[in-house]
Amino acid sequence: VFTLHATGKGLESQGYFTQMSKDLPIDVPPEAPKEDGRPKWDNKFQYILSCIGFAVGLGNVWRFPYLCQIHGGGAFLIPYFIALIFEGIPLLHLELALGQCLRKGSISAWRAISPYLGGVGVGSWMVSVLVSLYYNTVLTWVMWYFVNSFQDPLPWSVCPLNENRTGLNEECYESTAVNYFWYRKTLNITPDIAESGTLQWWLVLCLAACWAIVYLCTIRGIETTGKAIYVTAIFPYLVLTIFLIHGLTLPGATEGLAYLFTPDLNVLKNPRVWLDAATQIFFSLSLAFGGLIAFSSYNPPKNDCEKDAVTVAIVNSLTSLYASIPVFSVLGFKATTGYWDCLDRNIISIINEFDLPEQSIMRQNYTDWITFLNSSYPEKIAGLRLKSCDLQEFLDQSVSGSGLAFIVFTQAIILMPGSQAWAILFFIMLFSLGLSSMFGNIEGVFTPLLELQIISKSIPKELLSGIICLVSFLIALCFTLSSGSYWIDIFDRYAGSLPLLVIAFFEVIGVVYVYKIKRFSEDVKWMTGRKLNLYWQITWRFISPLLLVIVFVAFVTLQIQKPPTYTAWNPKHEDFPVKEEKAYPPWVQAICVLLAVLPCIFVPLVALFQLVKRMWRSKDPSFLPPEVFSCQEVNRNFSHPKK
Amino acid sequence: MLQVLLLTFSVVTVARAELCKPDAQNAFKVRLSIKTALGDNAYAWDANEEYLFKAMVAFTMRRYSSKTTTQISNVLLCNVTDRVSFWFVVTDSSKNTTVPGSEVEAAIRMNRNRINNAFLLSDKTLQFLKISSTLAPPVEPSTPVWLIVFGVVLCLIVAAIVFLVVAGIQQRKKKNKESTERENLEEKGEVTITIENGIPCETLDLKAGHINGVFSADDERFTSL
Repeated sequence: VFTLHATGKGLESQGYFTQMSKDLPIDVPPEAPKEDGRPKWDNKFQYILSCIGFAVGLGNVWRFPYLCQIHGGGAFLIPYFIALIFEGIPLLHLELALGQCLRKGSISAWRAISPYLGGVGVGSWMVSVLVSLYYNTVLTWVMWYFVNSFQDPLPWSVCPLNENRTGLNEECYESTAVNYFWYRKTLNITPDIAESGTLQWWLVLCLAACWAIVYLCTIRGIETTGKAIYVTAIFPYLVLTIFLIHGLTLPGATEGLAYLFTPDLNVLKNPRVWLDAATQIFFSLSLAFGGLIAFSSYNPPKNDCEKDAVTVAIVNSLTSLYASIPVFSVLGFKATTGYWDCLDRNIISIINEFDLPEQSIMRQNYTDWITFLNSSYPEKIAGLRLKSCDLQEFLDQSVSGSGLAFIVFTQAIILMPGSQAWAILFFIMLFSLGLSSMFGNIEGVFTPLLELQIISKSIPKELLSGIICLVSFLIALCFTLSSGSYWIDIFDRYAGSLPLLVIAFFEVIGVVYVYKIKRFSEDVKWMTGRKLNLYWQITWRFISPLLLVIVFVAFVTLQIQKPPTYTAWNPKHEDFPVKEEKAYPPWVQAICVLLAVLPCIFVPLVALFQLVKRMWRSKDPSFLPPEVFSCQEVNRNFSHPKK
Repeated sequence: MLQVLLLTFSVVTVARAELCKPDAQNAFKVRLSIKTALGDNAYAWDANEEYLFKAMVAFTMRRYSSKTTTQISNVLLCNVTDRVSFWFVVTDSSKNTTVPGSEVEAAIRMNRNRINNAFLLSDKTLQFLKISSTLAPPVEPSTPVWLIVFGVVLCLIVAAIVFLVVAGIQQRKKKNKESTERENLEEKGEVTITIENGIPCETLDLKAGHINGVFSADDERFTSL
């Protein structure tokens, strides 16, 4: 150990030690860790659970089973898994590796990759904002149904009386009690999107509660969501298991499952099936939102992102499959009960008409009796106007989306004994599923904002998340108008679909051809400790971008082929309760186009802006070209603690 | 004499048969679904049950317009089928005409509950065709249940948010106090971060240090005392 005394450095030495003064430079030896103050996950499990929770959402429950059903049952799994292998997993790995390497949110990360690609980050931030707005309103509906599930009997099981108490409410009587509760008591829907109606106060209250819950869970970023995710990501699996066990014991469950999984290989000839599989995988994994980049940016850099990506993608797909079993058991039960009701109604009519003793005609010998009576008294039978009861027809009534949860499933729940408990469980499960996806959406908005210099220094995290939630709540109030659900459909169809494809395409192209895949392979090798194998090279370079282009073109062609229409609930329509098909007015179509184009437009805009700036600046003699950026240099000084 | 009696009897029966027949004036069809309502505890429909029915209808007519004295024999049943369904009329005391249908209807509506209970049936399983039952108004509590549940949920959420925000503010205040204390102490020069040649001592405590042979040999230059 040197002493200043021994080397005779001069009169500053007062002994063996000196006190620190502010002007002595401090040389930190390279082995000491440089902490960058970025929050981090408590443990790896939290991170994986957050990614899974983000990917597993409402679509796994109410979109995948529907697609399976209409596209030939088990045969749909073939295009689905092909899309998973060639599109889902590569894109997921790309995003996770990117975030982990650059340790920044989406906007800063893409700016770091290349200033020209900054627009990709802004685009994905924009999409996260738009999706957060309408996604939480769907959770509002779930919450409304949840608080109404504590009543006995369930409010959607009986029709209310009309004004003079002589009969049931007409709108309810003509459709069903479940439809009435959804369209009238919940949404109070107008017959046309142009008629906005008023704010529904009960929905405003539930919306406020939902945003309060989101604020509560995201108040300090991943510190709080990391704790909340343990509940919101694991609870749905518990409930799905309970529903699975109960659903399999219901009568008619096996018919529903057989209907769902019976493969019809002919559907593979239909290109629409392949397109649906590709889009389902893409949207189900929540790619291109920026949320995954944000999540993985809180990881230590030397983390095996390849294994994580494969894990998350496979768990997501398995969850879809797992969820479709109870859903279809319950739907099979509902179809069977409907079929039995139809038969019973016919039997009662026949017994009453012919004054036969009770229980002489049972469901089993119904067909024999019908043939016998038809041959002996055909006019009487014709006069009864019996409905033909066909189980296939009941099973064919397929619904996806909110209709599945709020109309079909609620009807099935009424038929189960102990319906309040089942309803409460079901809606809490939907709420957890949606909430864990909301965490990812909000992180995609929150993390990039936190990295903007102006914001991070002046306001604390709690205030920033509070402002985000408050502003989103105020904007989302327009979804609680009477025409709100039509607007949510528009946002879902246009803002939450097309821009994502564009952004993902530019993500892949940006990393592979602008940042150069060779450099990225080195970075990934540094992070995971393994060389990138051939599968990743081929999919990243050629297959995934190609698939994205094909899907995008097919998607746009299908949208353009016919003018966009929507189905409206109009009690005065002649075919009521069938919904009326209407075309969007031109101003609404303009908004649709705006929603689809707005996030995408940032990509060329920012590139152009940077180009102009660069050209202007290059005339300046003191201008230095930007440094070549490498992922490893960012993390050179970062050593993770030895476990 | 016997012949006269027989004649009057047959006339009366024919007259009564005329009064009660399907779709007769002031006649009502009744339909019972006993097996559906009671399942295994279903009773068989026999003459005794018919007698009870007649008694109930007579009771109903008596309660409705207390001036008339309707007898059980005033109630006529006919066309009983296996379904169990039949037609009935209520004749007046002279047994020649039937009581108007509106009166019978009103009477039965008033006492529907008593009739149902006598047979252990309900409005759906003991049907009087053409007589509609009054619908019971739904029971609505003064405060809707959902509002109560919602209030509970919202209170919990607000309490949790307030707790987290306050905890965050307190933590931040503590951190600020600590760092200002540290700065103050440094300015007063009381905190020493010991430095050797520009290198903080803590880092030198790393086990990664090397012992420099030149200086460890120093001890040998000096002779021990």
